[in-house]
Amino acid sequence: MSKKILSVVLSVVLLAVLPLSLASCGEANPNQVTLNVFNWGEYISNGEDGSLDVIAEFEKQTGIKVNYTTFETNEALYNKMKTGGVSYDVIIPSDYMIGKMIQEDMLEKLDFSNIPNYELIDDRFKSSEVAPYDPEGAYSVPYTWGRVGLIYNTKYVTEPVNSWNILWDETYKNQILMFDNSRDAFGIAQFLLGQSVNTEDTAELEQAAALLQQQSVVSPVYAMDQILEKMPSEDAYIAPYYVGDCLTMCDENEDLTFTVPQEGTNLFLDAMCIPKGTKHKKEAEQFINFMCSTEVAYANIEYIAYSSPQVEAAAQHKEYLVQEYGDEIAQAIYPEDLSNTQMFLTLSEEANQTMTDLWVKVKTAN
Amino acid sequence: MKKRAALPYIVWMLVFTIVPMIMVVYFAFTTKDGAFTLENLIQVKEYAGTFWESIKLGAVSTLLCLLLGYPMAAIMARSKAHVQRTLVLLCMMPMWMNFLLRTYAWMTILENNGLLNSLLQLIGLPKLQMINTSGAIVLGMVYNFLPFMIIPIYTVMVKLDTRLVEAAQDLGCNWLGVFRRVIFPLSVPGIISGITMVFVPAASTFIISKLLGGGTMLIGDIIELQITGGANNLNLGAAMSLVLMIIVLITMMVMNVFGDREGEVALT
Repeated sequence: MSKKILSVVLSVVLLAVLPLSLASCGEANPNQVTLNVFNWGEYISNGEDGSLDVIAEFEKQTGIKVNYTTFETNEALYNKMKTGGVSYDVIIPSDYMIGKMIQEDMLEKLDFSNIPNYELIDDRFKSSEVAPYDPEGAYSVPYTWGRVGLIYNTKYVTEPVNSWNILWDETYKNQILMFDNSRDAFGIAQFLLGQSVNTEDTAELEQAAALLQQQSVVSPVYAMDQILEKMPSEDAYIAPYYVGDCLTMCDENEDLTFTVPQEGTNLFLDAMCIPKGTKHKKEAEQFINFMCSTEVAYANIEYIAYSSPQVEAAAQHKEYLVQEYGDEIAQAIYPEDLSNTQMFLTLSEEANQTMTDLWVKVKTAN
Repeated sequence: MKKRAALPYIVWMLVFTIVPMIMVVYFAFTTKDGAFTLENLIQVKEYAGTFWESIKLGAVSTLLCLLLGYPMAAIMARSKAHVQRTLVLLCMMPMWMNFLLRTYAWMTILENNGLLNSLLQLIGLPKLQMINTSGAIVLGMVYNFLPFMIIPIYTVMVKLDTRLVEAAQDLGCNWLGVFRRVIFPLSVPGIISGITMVFVPAASTFIISKLLGGGTMLIGDIIELQITGGANNLNLGAAMSLVLMIIVLITMMVMNVFGDREGEVALT
């Protein structure tokens, strides 16, 4: 009997230790520093099609080894960090998640004397007006940014498009795609209603949900990644999406174009941060600095096709866009004026629950 | 000796079945701060409509799988040995590919400008609205879960004693009688495990409805949203899972009673 208990205990212990032993395999050479970098999938220039292999270049220049892994959502990143196991040295979360991590004391303050290239980051993204998630600008270095726009097919939509209203237009019944996540979908309704996208007022959220419910007249199809396929294949005529991805879709189908509606839109930004508990803070800052150099920032933005906050890379990228796509598109990707945008901030748990519940109701009714 | 051999399975069950089940129950009856509450379960009733819709689509898919799978299993069981091996292999082969990829492929086939509609247009027929309908969801489920219906029925049927069939025929029973009174009752255990293996995943599926149903919300999607969505409300998600488990359990119990009775008929 006691033997049995012993073997149960042993098995459980073995199971628990397994991930640890796997994680420690990486650091064979004690003198070589290994940086654990955790980024979004397909979010760095990787040497494909003659582009710069950023990670390999960094390893070559500095002799620091990079263990590069990717995540799919901010929530997945957050959960990984909370449950522990592996410690990361550089992470690239989005605006609202950085705000949440700062609140929960999960990030290290950066030593900007180790990041001289921080000078090259556009001052607009250092102001607390545009980037309220990190008001002191002490924890994060912007990596990419972008806005939400409307992509549409000019073959079927001939009228000028400049308002989110078109997503409610019965003329395009059955041909409209809508964001399949509550925050982005509510955002659109809130811009139309002139609300703050960060409101926690139940009455305002209900008002936005009611507007979303009215979309039933056009029988919208809810989708996220599938938009990337459905728009170029002309399975739908109009969809909201992130402008960087809109540009990619326009490459696939010449009839597609996009705009950023007049009511305002969501500005999102992903930034590099160093989590608490890192053993290689200096090397991590070195990595962040490397990512901010003009050559690397340009290679990355060319690959990702969002907007760069690094001024020199942005200028280069904008010039390329003007040549390739014309002034209007270049303006949409690199607008001079960001006053008509709002950034998502972390909502309280109660407001989040209210929004999720309302969202389920909207979707099950439509 | 025997007991020791079973130990890894006991540990496995403990770590991956019993513990998660206890966690689901714990989360379902507690608030975020860990205090006892019935609030989560009361809230679940708001989603009664979605529960009903999921069970309905799951049941329709299971029925279709049974109607398609049963004859297939019977044909397979009666084929020559090498044909049997090939057929079983063909049944399993789609499962070598990731489930998500196969569902994405159906999306491409069923779309308004997809493969099927292009084909229809090519031969001068009007386009059909197939994607984003509940029919598409059922199709996706039947396609994905059909092997889980065929294999258990086939396994039972292939072991069926052919002498019983011969005896019935010798005693002057026609083919319909043989099927109704010998083959069918003896294959009931296979049907029951087939139904279980199809109905349970079908009723709780969450990605098929999203991809083929144009973002239709079935109960699986709502549970997923509680975990991955901004709300991060594991407690409500757990309460929904618990209710779904109980509904499935009751359905299975009813079916097993029915199955036992069928089995008795065969013996008498």
